[in-house]
Amino acid sequence: MEKFTRHAGTGVPLRRSNVDTDQIIPAVYLKRVTRTGFEDGLFAAWRNDPEFVTNRPEHTGASVLVAGPDFGTGSSREHAVWALMDYGFKVVVSSRFGDIFRGNSGKAGLVAAQVTHDVVEQLWKLIETEPTTEIVVDLRERTIQADALTAPFEIDDYTRWRLLEGLDDIDITLSHVHDIDAYEATRFSWKPATL
Amino acid sequence: MPRTLAEKVWDEHVVRSAAPGKSEPDLLYIDLHLIHEVTSPQAFEGLRSAGRSVRRPDLTLATEDHNVPTLDVDKPIADPVSRMQVETLRRNAEEFGVRLHPLGDVEQGIVHVVGPQLGLSQPGMTIVCGDSHTSTHGAFGALAFGIGTSEVEHVLATQTLMQARPKSMAVTVDGSLPGGVTAKDLVLSLIAHTGTGGGQGYIVEYRGSAIAELSMEARMTICNMSIEWGAKAGLIAPDQTTFDYLEGRPEAPQGADWAAAVEHWNTLVTDDDAGFDAEIVLDAGTMAPFVTWGTNPGQGVPLSESVPDPGELTDEGDKVTAQKALEYMGLAAGTPMRDIAVDTVFVGSCTNGRIEDLRAAAEVIRGRRVADGTRLLVVPGSVRVRLQAEQEGLDVVFKEAGGEWRGAGCSMCLGMNPDQLAPGERSASTSNRNFEGRQGKGGRTHLVSPLVAAATAVTGRLASPADLPPHARRA
Repeated sequence: MEKFTRHAGTGVPLRRSNVDTDQIIPAVYLKRVTRTGFEDGLFAAWRNDPEFVTNRPEHTGASVLVAGPDFGTGSSREHAVWALMDYGFKVVVSSRFGDIFRGNSGKAGLVAAQVTHDVVEQLWKLIETEPTTEIVVDLRERTIQADALTAPFEIDDYTRWRLLEGLDDIDITLSHVHDIDAYEATRFSWKPATL
Repeated sequence: MPRTLAEKVWDEHVVRSAAPGKSEPDLLYIDLHLIHEVTSPQAFEGLRSAGRSVRRPDLTLATEDHNVPTLDVDKPIADPVSRMQVETLRRNAEEFGVRLHPLGDVEQGIVHVVGPQLGLSQPGMTIVCGDSHTSTHGAFGALAFGIGTSEVEHVLATQTLMQARPKSMAVTVDGSLPGGVTAKDLVLSLIAHTGTGGGQGYIVEYRGSAIAELSMEARMTICNMSIEWGAKAGLIAPDQTTFDYLEGRPEAPQGADWAAAVEHWNTLVTDDDAGFDAEIVLDAGTMAPFVTWGTNPGQGVPLSESVPDPGELTDEGDKVTAQKALEYMGLAAGTPMRDIAVDTVFVGSCTNGRIEDLRAAAEVIRGRRVADGTRLLVVPGSVRVRLQAEQEGLDVVFKEAGGEWRGAGCSMCLGMNPDQLAPGERSASTSNRNFEGRQGKGGRTHLVSPLVAAATAVTGRLASPADLPPHARRA
């Protein structure tokens, strides 16, 4: 995973709440067995509308998605995170995320920055007034800055550390393999097995 | 120190905790890892490219469910992309030594139906799957939750997961459900009460007299939909109902092991003086058949009410979301729910595709006809459920009424296999999500119980069995 410390880019204002992962990427795009190439599925149903916010020319190349509350609820599909990243997003800002989506983001390297809804509203206004507004997301400081706005965002310490260092979770866990061995020796013998 | 059920199960699975003061999450051991074809290919590919193996194939079980057709199940899957994904699972299962129940196998079915019916889902276990409805297994007093593909890879490689300890919530449902009101109505009422985000960050324990009175299958329906109000997991303390369901199942403990297991399972209750971080109290006695009108599972009302007016909502965001939902659903505020005509009725899914659900629907359908212009699709959750239903003659009941009887799978719950709604088509569905396009692009979904689904099939409009004329039984 690539290290993430600071990102500067323009934003997309997605004025919708309850954007579930079926909207982020419909199930029909989940049939692939690869880990890349999901950008065509991002918001697939909504993007049919030429006026949909990601289709607007002023937001071409934007890399910070600013969404309403309860972003990424529903299905556990990590393809939602991959689709956002494949499309070019580095950061998603919302006042509340679905738990599984937030976890998946941290694993895949997308920053899910949780802010107050007031900050979301301010960012929406800034972007809509001036789409070229640069949004700076500093993971070390846990701040979002745009124009005169500087606001803190929440991300848990462990995910922040892993993103800053670009660490592979499995490597970290396998460094504790002796603890896993020791735990396994204590499991009840009657616990079920599939083989 | 007094502990909740969830805390007991959690503590029993901690492999490693960070030193006090460190923010590192706990490393939790996983007792059972369920797998299906959609969220696993990239995880196996990750193992392969890193030269890793599956640490505990004996704690892993795979089934084919999301992509599989429910017609012509003895033929190769027609859609080449679906077929490729299913074949990839078969290759991965073989290469990594994982037990797989493929299409055509007697144990094949929806992953959350198969685990419980085999007796693999047991009290006090940690169970994960790359599927958000893994919360279903919480009905057994297990800590069960959905994970993403990166976490699937992590569990395959290590049989553990890094997890921060969530907060705890009690949902206490007092009283008893009135006749004709089901677990599905209960959980839809709860979600309408909390909204889709109300459970975020919590492990929820469902308790109270109304929960204790439910069968295991009804408990699974409740726990299944925990994710629809944002909860990390939902669980119910094991009791005699749980033990009776498990005893004698193929993978349940036997003999002396059974006695040892029950002794342990009996300790898996929330201590009397344990505290929860939050509590919701509901009265089951006031509940009624409940249906959704919008595009998330929290947008629901009792069947006896009307489509709400978004203009009456106080929150500006909720108002916009509700307006968009009505536009998508093609509904006008103020329309009585019972006036809404439905094209397709779907009975099935990991929420309501078990034998009790099919029996309940069949009892309503028996001796009646599916309304002209309405399609009834009945899809058992597993091959075992299908065989049991056929032994009881339920398939004949549905077919004689003009319904379709299918093979096992996720079917019309999600648009990944041939069973889909056409654009603009409206369904009454016993599944779990009414999101835009969930059952097919442009499809409009009303979430309902199996009883409401069956009555709706008969009248062609949203209805409960109480709305039907007296049963005209065949001679």
